Amino acid sequence: MLAIVAIVLMVSLGSSSAQAATSDPTPAATASATAACATDAATGCLQGTIKLPSGDPAVGIKLAIKGGNLDTTISTGADGKWSQAITVAGPYTITVDTTSIPDGAVLDSAAKNPATVTGALNKNTGFVFKIVGGTTAADGTTTQTPDTDTGTGITFDRFAQQFASGIRLGLLLALAAVGLSLIFGTTGLSNFAHGEQVTLGGLLAYLFANVLGLNLILAAIISVVICAATGYFQDALIWKPLRRRGIGTTQLMIVTIGLSIALQYTYQYFLGASTVRIDQANPVTVDLGPVTLSQQSLISMGIAVIVIALVGWVLVRTRIGRATRAVSDNPALAAASGIDVDRIIRLVWTSATALAGLSGVLLGLVLNGVNWQTGLQLLLLMFAAITLGGLGTAFGALAGAMIIGLVVELTNLVLPGDFKYATALVILILVLLVRPQGIFGRRERIG
Amino acid sequence: MSSDVPTTTSTITEAGAAAKASVAGVDAVPGVSKPDPILTVDHIKRRFGGMTAVDVNHLEVQRGIITALIGPNGAGKTTFFNLITGFDKPSSAPRLIGGPKAGEAAKTTFNGNDVGNTGATKVAKLGMVRTFQLTKALSKLTVIENMRLGARDQPGENLFVSVIKPLWAKREAEITAKAEELLARFKLLEKRDDMAGSLSGGQKKLLEMARALMSDPVMIMLDEPMAGVNPALTQSLLGHIQALRDEGMTVLFVEHDMHMVRHISDWVVVMAEGKVVAEGPSGTVMDDPAVIDAYLGAHHNTDLGDDSLLTDEVAEELAAEVQNEKLTEGETTA
Amino acid sequence: MDQLLQTLFAILNSAISPQTAALAIAAIGLNIHFGYTGLLNFGQAGFMLIGAYGFAISIIAGLPIIVAIIIALVAALLFALILGIPTLKLRGDYLAIVTLSAAEIVRMIGRSSLLTNFTGGSNGITGNEYRGPFTDLSFFGNGQLDLGPFKYDLTGSNGWWFIATAWVIVGLLCLFVWAIMRSPWGRVLRGIREDEDAVRALGKNVYSYKMQALILGGVIGAIAGIVFILPSSLQPDSMGRSETYFIFTALLLGGAATVFGPVLGAIVFFAIRLFVQGIAGQFIPSSIMNGQQTEQFAWIVIGVMLMLVVIFRPQGILGNKKELSFDVK
Repeated sequence: MLAIVAIVLMVSLGSSSAQAATSDPTPAATASATAACATDAATGCLQGTIKLPSGDPAVGIKLAIKGGNLDTTISTGADGKWSQAITVAGPYTITVDTTSIPDGAVLDSAAKNPATVTGALNKNTGFVFKIVGGTTAADGTTTQTPDTDTGTGITFDRFAQQFASGIRLGLLLALAAVGLSLIFGTTGLSNFAHGEQVTLGGLLAYLFANVLGLNLILAAIISVVICAATGYFQDALIWKPLRRRGIGTTQLMIVTIGLSIALQYTYQYFLGASTVRIDQANPVTVDLGPVTLSQQSLISMGIAVIVIALVGWVLVRTRIGRATRAVSDNPALAAASGIDVDRIIRLVWTSATALAGLSGVLLGLVLNGVNWQTGLQLLLLMFAAITLGGLGTAFGALAGAMIIGLVVELTNLVLPGDFKYATALVILILVLLVRPQGIFGRRERIG
Repeated sequence: MSSDVPTTTSTITEAGAAAKASVAGVDAVPGVSKPDPILTVDHIKRRFGGMTAVDVNHLEVQRGIITALIGPNGAGKTTFFNLITGFDKPSSAPRLIGGPKAGEAAKTTFNGNDVGNTGATKVAKLGMVRTFQLTKALSKLTVIENMRLGARDQPGENLFVSVIKPLWAKREAEITAKAEELLARFKLLEKRDDMAGSLSGGQKKLLEMARALMSDPVMIMLDEPMAGVNPALTQSLLGHIQALRDEGMTVLFVEHDMHMVRHISDWVVVMAEGKVVAEGPSGTVMDDPAVIDAYLGAHHNTDLGDDSLLTDEVAEELAAEVQNEKLTEGETTA
Repeated sequence: MDQLLQTLFAILNSAISPQTAALAIAAIGLNIHFGYTGLLNFGQAGFMLIGAYGFAISIIAGLPIIVAIIIALVAALLFALILGIPTLKLRGDYLAIVTLSAAEIVRMIGRSSLLTNFTGGSNGITGNEYRGPFTDLSFFGNGQLDLGPFKYDLTGSNGWWFIATAWVIVGLLCLFVWAIMRSPWGRVLRGIREDEDAVRALGKNVYSYKMQALILGGVIGAIAGIVFILPSSLQPDSMGRSETYFIFTALLLGGAATVFGPVLGAIVFFAIRLFVQGIAGQFIPSSIMNGQQTEQFAWIVIGVMLMLVVIFRPQGILGNKKELSFDVK
């Protein structure tokens, strides 16, 4: 499994460095210079985080830093962070390259640019550049959108927009969460490495579409197939032998944590902290009444709906789907009634990783990029979704994912972006208080 | 299990005779009231999805005797046990809003205490201690540690006291002495320092029973004490159960093996499809055509050979599945 | 050879560093949860963060150090209560998911720009702002002390004073854990780990015991948080999910449900990482693996090692196979 990933990424690394020399580096594709800066007696750090008006990190904002013995340009990383190690204390001038700010946003007129900060050794010195909604005219003058649009006021338009984003997140989350839920249902395993499967899908799509230059659809299909293969071989090489050894689910869960750590750092090994874009073209947006979504978003949502419907149909209507649900219900009984449980579990692993991979590809397109922690950030939401829906029930996972998606995005209406994940998790805890078995779960029996 | 049981030749003790005598005049009808009930159960219902696992209208258990609870697989015996001992909550439990009508809410009285809404811990503290069908010997603790865990009133079980050994060492010595005595009685003393997991199935059953006795219970509930115990051990197990009664304890036990039930129980309660269908002295009940029918009726197409595979849970879930299927077709019986 | 010696020195220095002690303390707390009671707490880093914030913010607010420590521990206690009340009656997986989520919530709130005045936002709080009162307590005097490969200031940040305090705390906690785990209280916990229904059937209040264990381990986690930030700085992202995973790795490596397992595990954890990094840095040409990549390679090795340990030696280095904390059938 690791080996497959390593080989695939090795190819990606080799060719991406070649590509970087030739193609015009887009902001997101530029590797950020933010290798975490650590302070010690001889080193200090200048650092900060830049966020878009939406609350998402502003990726690839260029900053020129002058002062001491430095004259350098760095850019913000996938998390919107920038940092620069300094070895000389004193004043530094930081200038934001306003052309690197994405369309639709400008530097707050109140912000100083360039700004002067006083750096010290053995200390982090922070500075915040605030970006707000607005437009930049051809002559460079900026018009700042009045605060009502970027503030926290609830208007119908904002509600509609966030609602649409919520549905979008919910659908993509559902794709990934259904697999996690099926794995849990059939094997009792909470797979902490499922997030990395999502990341893998996105990174593979980047590799094929961008680095190797394949057609996007073809690249997506190949990525999903490879992801499915990782699931198949994971079960064949790791999980089935471990089940045979009779290793308990808690132990297996910690094995998945180990796998998750190993995969995360494998991705970082090849990509560093950079965010890569699957589709380099600027997204084309579509207006639907008050809602504006990119074309990729709409297509992704369509694909997600179709695939989810297909999964539902298979689970309900086909023999294999019924067998899967039977194994989820009671593996011993299913085995006793002649179902080949190992075969079903193999199938579940294969399709779960395929779905996660697809989710990763679509997320990469919708969010404008993938990095090593794309899936990691999603994992908690997936867990929240399947817990909310009732552990181990596939349809519960769907419903849970939609709820979580909506909650996360609608939170933006009333709270700053920092809190959007937090709200989803608070809701999870509250639901557990009232209905511990989740929305669709059954109560446990004892004795 | 139900074949070739060695015939027992134990003599009926004085206490045994007294126990039988205490229920001698009671009518053999389901739900009959007893002269001195220790446990009274009313309107207990438990549904799983569409299936009603337990639906007992009224049942009394006489103090100081051995009562056997028998019935085919899936009759709801284990669920009934769980409901009484606080491990499960009846669907008919009284609720603040939307519960059952006043006279129909579940009510369980044990030894003068209303335990209808009491958790398992408190039920056990009141003196009703149970064992489990699938033994719950704590396999990574030694046999003696298992026993000590059963004891009451150990101040060292309080976090703040636990840090200072002298505060609990004396009680620990008493507990250990008592545990060793019980272990000797159950012929487990030579296993004292072995991990409980290394015991045989029968020994685990014995350990579980001995552990339950550490707390000096008023009533002991044994869920299939003979299942998986080899014939040589069953004899001594039977002796132990009778001895408990002779010491004044009330015993309620679930069992499949009719020969044993006939041999040691003073009173027999028969459950089928969640209901109490018959009760009475063992001789009377076991010859009752309704009982024979209940057994054969549910058993004639079920393989009971592998008990570990076909536990009550599995059987009940099977039944639930069947029920669901049938409900969709408009039928109501499982 | 020179570089090997350097790696060796780096390992020795990391073995005694307060950071290692902090990891050990966090693992001791997690050991009470996971090793002895079988609670799946995936938010130990959250407890550390709560402790760290409670301590740092109180000190900055001008409170005496002892009050700051009490505030930190009480905060962790409340956090454990909030987490435990909805989940400890449910199946173990729920506690895992809720603790994991709650730790993330703490981190997100901590790094939120709304609270920058208190928490310093995502940049956190620099050590100079809260270290003073602790440094003032030092009776080690000024100057430097060299012991073989260990060359530190007596009192300065990351100096002997910090190292000594951290390891004295580790020692006291080991003693404490030993004392409570040999007691009847510890026996009840181990019983719960095996089968909580059986313990409930014996009349023990399982919910209360699980809550006590959660609180105790969480409060020890908060102590770890304080020890963790004292010599360095408080950065919310350094106490995220990965930190919890590392605490688990250290615990399992050393041996869950053993008194010294967490301590040994923490030392070995850092040693392996530095060793792999040092070896990779020396023997693999930088065209294949550059400096940054050796670090990531070391983490990959840690991840794979966690998998292998759990599969092939779940009792860890010190554990007894018969007394595994896992359910090995």
